[in-house]
Amino acid sequence: MISKFVSSAAAAVADVQDGATVMIGGFGTAGQPVDLIDALLEQGAKDLVIVNNNAGNGEVGLAALLKAHRVRKVICSFPRQLDSQVFDGLYRSGKVELELVPQGNLAERIRAAGAGIGAFFTPTGYGTLLAEGKETREINGRQYVLEYPLHADYALIKAESGDRWGNLVYRKTARNFGPIMASAAKVTVAQVNQAVELGDLDPECVVTPGIFVQRVVALGVAVRDVTSRA
Amino acid sequence: MNKLNRDQMAKRVARDIPEGAYVNLGIGLPTLVANHLPVEREVLLHTENGLLGMGPAPATGEEDWELINAGKQPVTALPGAAFFHHADSFAMMRGGHLDICVLGAFQVSIQGDLANWHTGAQDAIPAVGGAMDLASGAKDVFVMMELLTKKGDSKLVRSCSYPLTGVRCVSRIYTDVAVFDIREDGVHAYDLVDGLSFDELRHLCGVPLHQA
Repeated sequence: MISKFVSSAAAAVADVQDGATVMIGGFGTAGQPVDLIDALLEQGAKDLVIVNNNAGNGEVGLAALLKAHRVRKVICSFPRQLDSQVFDGLYRSGKVELELVPQGNLAERIRAAGAGIGAFFTPTGYGTLLAEGKETREINGRQYVLEYPLHADYALIKAESGDRWGNLVYRKTARNFGPIMASAAKVTVAQVNQAVELGDLDPECVVTPGIFVQRVVALGVAVRDVTSRA
Repeated sequence: MNKLNRDQMAKRVARDIPEGAYVNLGIGLPTLVANHLPVEREVLLHTENGLLGMGPAPATGEEDWELINAGKQPVTALPGAAFFHHADSFAMMRGGHLDICVLGAFQVSIQGDLANWHTGAQDAIPAVGGAMDLASGAKDVFVMMELLTKKGDSKLVRSCSYPLTGVRCVSRIYTDVAVFDIREDGVHAYDLVDGLSFDELRHLCGVPLHQA
């Protein structure tokens, strides 16, 4: 019998190696798998490359991982926020590397990795600092920049419900990067608020089919009331 | 001259957003446009973190922090709204499905180049978000900004000195003193506020202008 359920967040991230590339879902705090990040912090892996839209909020989750000096490099679109003081300090003192990627290119590079695409031409960023040194091409009179896929060793994501085959549904705008990150990593771990039986999720409404998910941790965590802005 | 305040600017932009349009309003000043869309006009607001059919802010106490906009502020979802993941959200932009985006700007050049993500300052932490995707993706890119900086320099310039967000992407600029259309033959100014002559506007901008 297939069961992707793992008993704890700690067990779900126990094999993350030093130097691993880890995608972390979430847009700000919405969809951020805080319990998995906390478990990764406990676990101790270091020199991590983190892929996220942001670079941590306040002192929890990704910010806590940064603060503990576990992160070598952040690949993201929007590190600077009102409460990104942890990242800001590390970046200014040269203690963390930043690869800044336009948000849509970040999403498409992740999607491309999951879809087996070797590279793609995108109009976004053409003629800007973020395309410097990259190959460009004119296609049908328009200028494009060549971008490569972004693969990961692990994806840590948050969903609303999951079953033992790894099928997932999300909640509102907490979906954000979850489905594409799930497809782009060798091992995808989903923390879910609710574990459900096979068949409880309407097949017409499954957002991430279980083939993209290796581990599911049911946590029954309430939505956090985080007042982060910007 | 009677400069428009932020709400008046938002109202002016809202006037030009037609029924049925799919629209993304950028963070900051453009967000105010939503407050001035007439209730009887059906306009679908897109927020790039994954919602089409975004409604107004919830009442105090009703906030759901998993229902937020691109500025990470709580919003609501209208009946008929849809949630989607990030790759789909940016396909809506890049694929040319979004009719209008309204963005703030540090500078816009007379060719329509946009600079709105980075001042280039040495100690600034660069952050781009979806600005470049919006600039290159929406069918019409409208900019909403005060014409002058606090120092009195025009933000409509011959050539941007700040790092670019997009090349030749802006089609119209709404300012606190006039509206500017960027066309093949140059910049056309119209809807000048009361008490501002075309010659005075040209002097303020310091760039070639056509009187529309």
